[in-house]
Amino acid sequence: MRANKSDFGIKNLYLIAYLDLKESIRAKWFLVYSLVFGGLIALFFIAGVTESQVMGFSGLSRLLLMYIQITIIILPIFILITTVRSISGDRDNNILEYMLSFPISLKQYYWGKIIGRFITVYLPVFFAMIIAVIFGAIKGADIPWSIFFLYTGLLFALSSAFLGIAFFISSFVKSSEVALGIAFFIWIFLLSFIDIALISLMMQGRFPSSLIISIAMMNPMEVFRVAAISLFDPELTVMGPVAFYILDAMNRALFIIFSIGYPLVLGLIFATFGFVIFKKKDLV
Amino acid sequence: MIKINNLTKKFGSHVSLDNVTCEFSKNDSVALMGANGAGKTTLIRSILGYYHPDSGNVLVNGFCPIKERVKVLQDISFVPQLPPPIKLSIDELMSYVVVSSDVDKELILHYANEMKLNIKDNINKSFFKLSGGMKQKLLIAISLAKKSDIIIFDEPTANLDPDARDDFYRLVKLNSSEKTTLFVTHRLEEVKELVNRQIYMDLGKVVSDERV
Ligand SMILES: Nc1ncnc2c1ncn2[C@@H]1O[C@H](COP(=O)(O)OP(=O)(O)OP(=O)(O)O)[C@@H](O)[C@H]1O
Ligand SMILES: [Mg+2]
Repeated sequence: MRANKSDFGIKNLYLIAYLDLKESIRAKWFLVYSLVFGGLIALFFIAGVTESQVMGFSGLSRLLLMYIQITIIILPIFILITTVRSISGDRDNNILEYMLSFPISLKQYYWGKIIGRFITVYLPVFFAMIIAVIFGAIKGADIPWSIFFLYTGLLFALSSAFLGIAFFISSFVKSSEVALGIAFFIWIFLLSFIDIALISLMMQGRFPSSLIISIAMMNPMEVFRVAAISLFDPELTVMGPVAFYILDAMNRALFIIFSIGYPLVLGLIFATFGFVIFKKKDLV
Repeated sequence: MIKINNLTKKFGSHVSLDNVTCEFSKNDSVALMGANGAGKTTLIRSILGYYHPDSGNVLVNGFCPIKERVKVLQDISFVPQLPPPIKLSIDELMSYVVVSSDVDKELILHYANEMKLNIKDNINKSFFKLSGGMKQKLLIAISLAKKSDIIIFDEPTANLDPDARDDFYRLVKLNSSEKTTLFVTHRLEEVKELVNRQIYMDLGKVVSDERV
């Protein structure tokens, strides 16, 4: 007796996600990863970030802001490095040859892996924030719920954007070294090269700044940077010119929707491209 | 059951399968032989739908193994040439098979026991930490428990000690009636009693195909 096909579909998707999650959680990188983000929060508390008052930020909001600013920088490289070899690595060492000899569709396999990986990378950064909130509450700080929810959404979008990019790379790259190289390049590129290039363009003064800023906004990392401070009072915040311009020119609610929606869609598009390539290429 | 029509597969300029045409039917028990690099593994992987052929096609029970992989693979058991370094524990690997392929877990345990593989003591061990022979025993147990109409072994006995080989051939013999069985092997004498057909490949071509 065989269960019907659609029944198998969800079951297999869940199975693959679950097994990938279990496998990741046992891996050493996951331990390091959780320690880094958990440790960050612990460090902030020890350093007394919540107690000091600097330029109008206080308590937990300041802690969360510092947390997300660091996370925006290191989460992408973490995701890229740990994920960029997932499919290409399994192909290289013949794991795919065996695992795909069972009646599982490529769709279930690929998306199951993505879901499993997503949970692995998202939960630690999310839990670190929860711990911060709980700990802050115990210490009697006010809990800035709007910031908490915004950051929850931003981290979700950030994870999906870079996970999508990582799976995309993983689907076509031949060797692990090349995969790592590409991952590192993308990270540096989004982190600083784009900014440097745009700033030099801006200084030449040949292009309208609105154009340059729209280009900057295509960079998910820039979007996160601006979105992270969007809820703070612009009078009090030291924000860069880009952030100031955007928050000044754009409706705030609209920008927040964009800052979560755009990276999510970007991640999905990359992941889908990755799937198309995965399906088109030889599997082993 | 399996029809291979004018199948050509190239890797770059290297032709690994050169216009191969071949058919395997029910009750065929085949020894697939040939020098290293002759194209045996490539042929098997094509049957499993892993390669997009440069020309020609493969049909398994009338279905294309690439487009209808789920349907096709429901009927195939496969043991690869080298057990891969799967990081799942044995228990997890078994649930992967049980859930995806509707296999009875007790049956895997039964065949593992017949292969003298002690699963109980290793159940939470990572698969890749088992010894080479233990890995192969588990994959063989899984392949037998899956109860497929087509069984493909790509040199499954490479790491097995002589007793384990005997166990393996005994179990296969018990389980191969009314099926299509493919053994890739370099040692014909081992499978001679089991097979009724011998195929030699060389340079990507089938050079001889005789029934015995
Ligand atoms: N993924 C690949 N990329 C490039 N060349 C490949 C690939 N897979 C196989 N080949 C080449 O195709 C040829 C046939 O390889 P195959 O693995 O089918 O041989 P085989 O008959 O199984 O050999 P063996 O007895 O050593 O297992 C070899 O020359 C091999 O180098
Ligand atoms: Mg081979």
